[in-house]
Amino acid sequence: MPLYHTEDQAMLADTARQFMADEGAIARQLRHFRDIGCKDGFGHTLWKQFAELGLTGILVSEGDGGLGMGHVEAGIVLEEIGRNLTPSPFLTSAVMAASALADASAELKGRYLPGLLSGDSVFALAIDEGKKHRPERIATRAVRSGNGFSLSGAKDFVVHGSSADMLVVAARTAGADDDAEGITLFAVPRDVAGLSQDAVRLVDSSMATHLRLDNVQLDADAVIGEVDGGREVLDRVLSAGRVGAAAESVGVAQGSFDMTTTYLKQRKQFGKLIGEFQALQHRAAHLYSEIEIARAATIKAQQLLDAGSDKADLMVSVAKAKAGKAASLAVKEGVQMHGGIGMTDEYDIGLYMKRDRALAEFMGDMFYHADRVAKLSGY
Amino acid sequence: MSELEAFRQEIRAWLEENCPPEMRQPVHDEDDICWGGRHFQFKNEAQKLWLTRCAAKGYTVPDWPQAYGGAGMSPAQAKVWREEMNRIAARPPLSSFGIWMLGPALLKFGTEEQKVHYLGQIARGEIRWCQGYSEPGSGSDLVSLQTFGEDKGDHWVVNGSKIWTSYANKADWIFCLVRTDKANKYQGISFLLFDMESEGVSTKPILLISGYSPFCETFFDNVKVPKAQIVGELNRGWDVAKYLLGHEREMISGAGGGDRLTTIGAVLNRAGLEDPLLRAELAMFDVDALAYGAMGEKFLDEIKVGKAHPAQPNMMKYAGTELNKRRYELLMAGGGSASLEWESEASDGGSRARGWLRTKANSIEGGTSEVMLNVISKRILDLPGA
Repeated sequence: MPLYHTEDQAMLADTARQFMADEGAIARQLRHFRDIGCKDGFGHTLWKQFAELGLTGILVSEGDGGLGMGHVEAGIVLEEIGRNLTPSPFLTSAVMAASALADASAELKGRYLPGLLSGDSVFALAIDEGKKHRPERIATRAVRSGNGFSLSGAKDFVVHGSSADMLVVAARTAGADDDAEGITLFAVPRDVAGLSQDAVRLVDSSMATHLRLDNVQLDADAVIGEVDGGREVLDRVLSAGRVGAAAESVGVAQGSFDMTTTYLKQRKQFGKLIGEFQALQHRAAHLYSEIEIARAATIKAQQLLDAGSDKADLMVSVAKAKAGKAASLAVKEGVQMHGGIGMTDEYDIGLYMKRDRALAEFMGDMFYHADRVAKLSGY
Repeated sequence: MSELEAFRQEIRAWLEENCPPEMRQPVHDEDDICWGGRHFQFKNEAQKLWLTRCAAKGYTVPDWPQAYGGAGMSPAQAKVWREEMNRIAARPPLSSFGIWMLGPALLKFGTEEQKVHYLGQIARGEIRWCQGYSEPGSGSDLVSLQTFGEDKGDHWVVNGSKIWTSYANKADWIFCLVRTDKANKYQGISFLLFDMESEGVSTKPILLISGYSPFCETFFDNVKVPKAQIVGELNRGWDVAKYLLGHEREMISGAGGGDRLTTIGAVLNRAGLEDPLLRAELAMFDVDALAYGAMGEKFLDEIKVGKAHPAQPNMMKYAGTELNKRRYELLMAGGGSASLEWESEASDGGSRARGWLRTKANSIEGGTSEVMLNVISKRILDLPGA
């Protein structure tokens, strides 16, 4: 399959670009909800608009009422989200939770998919335990209790946790904390007894929670997939999240880069446009090539994931690490090349820097993923 | 079965039948590369057989038209061809500047007669070409070149010298930038083709830091070039040169990536990796290299259907060559003192150290990294005054 978008995908990209540039623009969404101190950190009206375009069901099969598309298409939407810094639960709900629900029972799908498709529901993932993304180690326990399970443990960096109607929780039903096997995924409703969340606002104005589970009682039908066999589903959810975050990072990088090159063509110093200085031109040109390469790696990973290739794991980590590197460079160069005004809240370039920082941590940073590339390569 | 799948089966069966087992071994040294030409010494029968069989089917240049010695494959078919070649690790039957550089320029700018004549020779591996571009006083500032062709009615008389002419001492013909109008800088250069056995042509190899001499100085002393041997219009050779440089940059950029998934960390790990900081550097490098591999694939896919930015080869060249230099820095560090050996059998005649030194030219030849960044700034980013 060629590594560029098909005609259908290019049409989707046009739609997503227009939609996000109009409705999801920085002033309209990110700044607005930040400035009013919104407890969700995003707007539900916009989320309904996502649903009206069918985007909330982008990864949901046609049989289940969705668009039945793949990671390439989800990535197209995410790149536009990144470019406009649009706050939304798209990545956690429509990409990651939807990937988990694809393996769920008809009962669970019936309970949660309609809300996703209509844009009434928001979902979150409770995977990380601790400050860094280390999903190889899961200590949260689920022990058999009555007809179901009792969950206890703590989760961190639960993005959109306090806004979520349902949380996908990864817990251990067997084995030791570091075992690959013995994991089970649960669909946990927000209002269940024993679940508490401590909401925190992050540097990019998005909301996450520290989540506690104290003997949370769940029926057996809350299990997504197989008991003790959740690692495979979890890996699929992680891949979806990582490649999705990579696509969003590419968008962040591109948005920041476009702002910066525009500025280089406007700002005058020493009687010249600063874009005439070779010291800046070469840095901009280098950055251009890094972003292009990151986008190529991301599309490659999306395609391999959609094709179910055994090389997908490796490329997903390459994409997450490379997109993270490119975006990090893009925002740093962006602020530096804007000079003093790059430090002001009035200019958007700093917002890109903040979003990049949060996105870098989400689902593993470049160091985690470079290490994973090494391990998958046998060193 | 789709048409493309049927095509794949056909190619697979043909390769199975026709690619000699010796040609499915990795390229080990310079001798293993078949460059073709009047004086080419085949390393073995298999190399010769592989060239002959491929040339007969047009497979040395699969996507060129059949009329000019190719197989007339569509972009999708050519990709299948590459994939099937990679699947059995087959060596390219023929490598040449004719295929990579002159061929594409002739396809775009050549007359019908030139295409039939020269492209056919290239496809069959009969003539080995070299490129006469840089001059002692004209490196990055190529357009200042001074080699002059004096108009003598039905021919030019060429005088001057070129430098960094790759394999000039082994080439049969040269494609050469020659000034034909001293008053016009850009529109005073013509793109001429001539035989290296012409009277007045001489070459002198240049010894490099790697200990090899792949480049030559090339001298022209009253060389007679018939008027029919011009490509494109008189004084418009710069257009041809720029087009061709794009292909050269594509070729050099290929050195850094390609559609492969073997990581350098895995290669070095076979000999043991004890240093955690080196491992970390390797991992970060492998991320960049694998990502660049995807970029290479995307770039090829896009260029075949005209979706790539016309100046994108400059980005590929820049990123690919910088990556290749980093690769060799890490290989040297990973190899420790063993990689310093220059002549021993164990070091295969110092192949790693020589290879490391060779890579330093990657970001100089065919346009320096700095020139590439200038071109990206101007043509892709549209930055002012660039």
